Amino acid sequence: MSALLSVRDVTVRFGGIIALDGVSFDMDEGLVVGLIGPNGAGKTTLFNCLSRLYTPNKGDIVFQGGSLLGRAPHEISTLGIGRTFQNLALFGTMTALQNVMVGVHGRTRSDFLSNALRLSWVRDEEEQIRSAAAELLRFLDLERVAHVPVAGLAFGTLKRVELARALASRPKLLLLDEPAGGLNHEEVGVLGTLLRSVKDQLGVTILLVEHHMNLVMQVSDRVVVLDFGRKIAEGAPVEIQRNPEVIRAYLGDAQ
Amino acid sequence: MSAPTIAVLVAAVIALVLPFMLSNFRLFQFTQVFIYAIALLGLNMLTGFNGQISLGHGAFFAVGAYTGAIMMDRWNVPYGWTIPVGGLLCLIVGFLFGIPALRLEGLYLALATFALALAVPQILKYFEHWTGGSQGIVLTKPAAPFGLPLSEDQWFYFVTLVVLFVMFVLARNLLSGRIGRALVAIRDNPLAAEAMGVNKALYKSLTFGVSAAYTGVAGALSAVAIAFVAPDSFNILLSISLLTGSVIGGLASISGAIYGALFIQFVPNWAQDISKAAPWAIFGLFLIVFMYVMPYGIAGALRLVWNRLTRPQG
Ligand SMILES: Nc1ncnc2c1ncn2[C@@H]1O[C@H](COP(=O)(O)OP(=O)(O)OP(=O)(O)O)[C@@H](O)[C@H]1O
Ligand SMILES: [Mg+2]
Repeated sequence: MSALLSVRDVTVRFGGIIALDGVSFDMDEGLVVGLIGPNGAGKTTLFNCLSRLYTPNKGDIVFQGGSLLGRAPHEISTLGIGRTFQNLALFGTMTALQNVMVGVHGRTRSDFLSNALRLSWVRDEEEQIRSAAAELLRFLDLERVAHVPVAGLAFGTLKRVELARALASRPKLLLLDEPAGGLNHEEVGVLGTLLRSVKDQLGVTILLVEHHMNLVMQVSDRVVVLDFGRKIAEGAPVEIQRNPEVIRAYLGDAQ
Repeated sequence: MSAPTIAVLVAAVIALVLPFMLSNFRLFQFTQVFIYAIALLGLNMLTGFNGQISLGHGAFFAVGAYTGAIMMDRWNVPYGWTIPVGGLLCLIVGFLFGIPALRLEGLYLALATFALALAVPQILKYFEHWTGGSQGIVLTKPAAPFGLPLSEDQWFYFVTLVVLFVMFVLARNLLSGRIGRALVAIRDNPLAAEAMGVNKALYKSLTFGVSAAYTGVAGALSAVAIAFVAPDSFNILLSISLLTGSVIGGLASISGAIYGALFIQFVPNWAQDISKAAPWAIFGLFLIVFMYVMPYGIAGALRLVWNRLTRPQG
């Protein structure tokens, strides 16, 4: 069976900086893959390539057998890839429920005219969007804040709203960029449990960028390590923790 | 019954009795209010909901008005047809203008639309053969059909009211569902909106088109209501008035279009009454006071008051 996602020799340059340098790895369906590396290693850049916000200078990205590079950014969600952002990217004036409802956009169809006329199938679709979003708010224990504009919510809550919004597209592959960033110890514990139930209950494959090593090692089936844009290691969490090059990259980073 | 429902019912009753209580001139002013309200609704969609600033909607107003005037004057088309045709033409023109406008953000878009507004009166003068040049086109006000006992102004007041109602219902439907959420998502965070599957380029140009269509319908109505079009009625001041009305009424609010329309119709007149010598100074003063007291527009202020009144004490 071929991989769900295949990153092939991807290189990204910004002027003189090489953000990604010939990175390749495969992801099988149903796994959680951790993507780690020191600050500036190129993790977010890789996510942005997958979202088609950046176009690699070299290489290819293949999802379910088709290249992503010919796709527009708005097609990615419909293809089955959902994401969250490192620095929250919610719709500030909307409520939590409305934010999650926008997450359903990519898998619904109604057009301007049918909406203006509020045709009966549009009303049905709207009902489906609303109930799908409400269900996710329940799943993530966010019902309390459903009708609160997100601009006033606590950081940890916002992170969960973003997760709910990403799940609303029913992705096959979920890209999470530092979901534990800014969370306290207890919240990180809850997040770990949550990620496992996203994988097990919803059957979502997850690519997890995270600096919180305990969380990564706890939930990942495999780990890919980047440093200065290069892949320096890949393997099971226990192997990665013992890998001398990984240790050096992180210690070097700490000096 | 909910508060909005009651408000709509009260407004409807007032709108229906008004024609039998006011002079024809006063009534004509309210017809103008409805016309502005339609244009402002279009501008609100674009600027308030979708975050694209337009300083040039007077241009679409002019296109709607001239389309209607030329149809009636040249081809004797019944005025009823000029309204949808003016709207459709502006839909196309607005959509096409919206495509290059995609490359412009914020102030740059404001400037590009400003340029459009500057150009339109002169373009109208240039095509003299069609537009009557600076003289414009004189039309006749339509009489009430079926021998209804209504004056011309009364009759067209009702026509405008019906069009306003239809346009409001369509706008509410469009903005309260999946498409409306996508428009606000683009305004709040364009990158995230695209990641959620919103086709930003298409939606922004379509919104430009729909917004222009609303303004074009308003323009076509105004040609009939005033029974006259001339290039200088569509100068840059009109565009700026529209943006003013949209902000004062309440951006990203549907009812705000009505309040904004009342403002741009009546406040300049009051300013004139207060001081013949310096009406614009008075108008400017009004503007500043309104913005200071109601930073979210009149619609926002009313919402705030309503929430205070209905929230349980404590
Ligand atoms: N749009 C851009 N323009 C120029 N340089 C960029 C851009 N995006 C990223 N970079 C650079 O590319 C490199 C990789 O950045 P990236 O954000 O991918 O790192 P990261 O692994 O996500 O780091 P962190 O853990 O701090 O989030 C950095 O040197 C960064 O400065
Ligand atoms: Mg990053």
